[in-house]
Amino acid sequence: MRTVCLLGLVLTLAACTTVQPWEKDLLAKPSMSLVPSEVDNALDEHIYFSKEASLGGQGVGGGGCGCN
Amino acid sequence: MPEHNNIRNKLSLASAALLQMGTAAAADDTDNGWDISTAVLFYQENDGRVSAIEPVISGSRELAEGEKINLKLVLDSLTGATPNGAHASSSIQTFTNPSGKKAYTVTPGETPLDDTFLDTRVALSGSWEMPVLDEYSRMILGANLSKEFDYASLGASASFQRDYNNRNTTFSASLGLNADTISPSGGIPTPFANMRVADSGTNRDGADDTKTITDLMFGLTQVINRRTLMQFNLGLSESSGYMNDPYKIISLIDGTTGLPITPADSDDLPYLYENRPDSRSRQIFFWKTVHHLTEDVINVSYRYHTDDWGIDSHTIDFHYRYELGNGHYLQPHLRYYSQSAADFFTTALVDGQPLPDYASSDYRLGDFETQTIGLKYAMRTGENSEFSVRAELISQTQNEVATPIGDQANYDLTPDLDSYIVQFGYDFRF
Repeated sequence: MRTVCLLGLVLTLAACTTVQPWEKDLLAKPSMSLVPSEVDNALDEHIYFSKEASLGGQGVGGGGCGCN
Repeated sequence: MPEHNNIRNKLSLASAALLQMGTAAAADDTDNGWDISTAVLFYQENDGRVSAIEPVISGSRELAEGEKINLKLVLDSLTGATPNGAHASSSIQTFTNPSGKKAYTVTPGETPLDDTFLDTRVALSGSWEMPVLDEYSRMILGANLSKEFDYASLGASASFQRDYNNRNTTFSASLGLNADTISPSGGIPTPFANMRVADSGTNRDGADDTKTITDLMFGLTQVINRRTLMQFNLGLSESSGYMNDPYKIISLIDGTTGLPITPADSDDLPYLYENRPDSRSRQIFFWKTVHHLTEDVINVSYRYHTDDWGIDSHTIDFHYRYELGNGHYLQPHLRYYSQSAADFFTTALVDGQPLPDYASSDYRLGDFETQTIGLKYAMRTGENSEFSVRAELISQTQNEVATPIGDQANYDLTPDLDSYIVQFGYDFRF
């Protein structure tokens, strides 16, 4: 699994083109944010954290709960 | 030539904020107002299980060039009931609430649920982003605090980000620390002690306990091409302290009949308090891709999670933003999650057999898949405002982890969980 991830990462990065600032019109759109809705994301993460045994991946900090 | 370089410099500065994660405002937006997001989520599980209402309000404001603060308040009000860890049986089952004063009975065939500890949680969090060193680096400091009647959490985090390659690449390193206090109703139970009949002592010592969580994360955000952005994160998380669920029990059954035993002490009930290790070490790999098609945007992520409790999981999360034009869009959502059970997950303990080091019947540590299907609709209601509504169905399918014994074969020891959510949101600037 780790080898696959690393290989995927290397291949992906090798395929990158350098995008100039004036070509970042699409990337600058709100719909192109990594997390377009922070609120939706936070609410979803809380639901899944309460009902599943995995959490995280997107960042650190968030706080715990006694979710039962 | 000099004129060309001048334009390039101006454009570089103008696009300075383009790679900043989560920033909605363009770099030339200087009115320094508050961007407010509000939402209310309704959550409902099947069969009398948990219901929740969660209002949220979040505000961001740019204080100066590259300096931003965010504040968020979430209320989480829960009602209903949740499985206590014991499984359905052909016997009538009696349990005692955590304070030890009241009994509750579950009819044969029903999955035992307890409703005593669901209440309201308040969570407040804030973050402050500021430029450091030079225009290519940032620091984000965060703090969070949450409180419910039997749990408190206090945390802080710091994240350093730096851009390279004409801001096509961003590296980040983050550290998070959380200190939680668990103060259950009736106090912390003695692991593997019996639940007691009402008004006969509780095997709970009346105390609190604590847990600390340390998170480390390294991230790489990379512009792949004009239409595509990717993020790769590697996370490590160490928790130590009180890791048990203080309300969860495990059925103690007869090795032949599969029915809960009759304990020798008539004040003992055939249920033992669970026991988990006092530490947990997790590793997370996360990969997200955002890709702009002609009009629409695909946002898809994969997360692999593994830990020293034996829980391995895979999560695929997919959003497709389908532009309808005029500021309206539809966004279907699909999520698939699969998890392997914790090494110490069990549906029951057999009387007479030696106790394992650790055991828990908490369904959340089991072997299951969760599938989510949802749809969001949003419309722009003004220059800086948007209304949205979304609904999702979440279906969790538990898998058997052991061969049923006797009566256990008559029942679903790990019932599935179905739930739905409906959320209304309104974002605006003021």
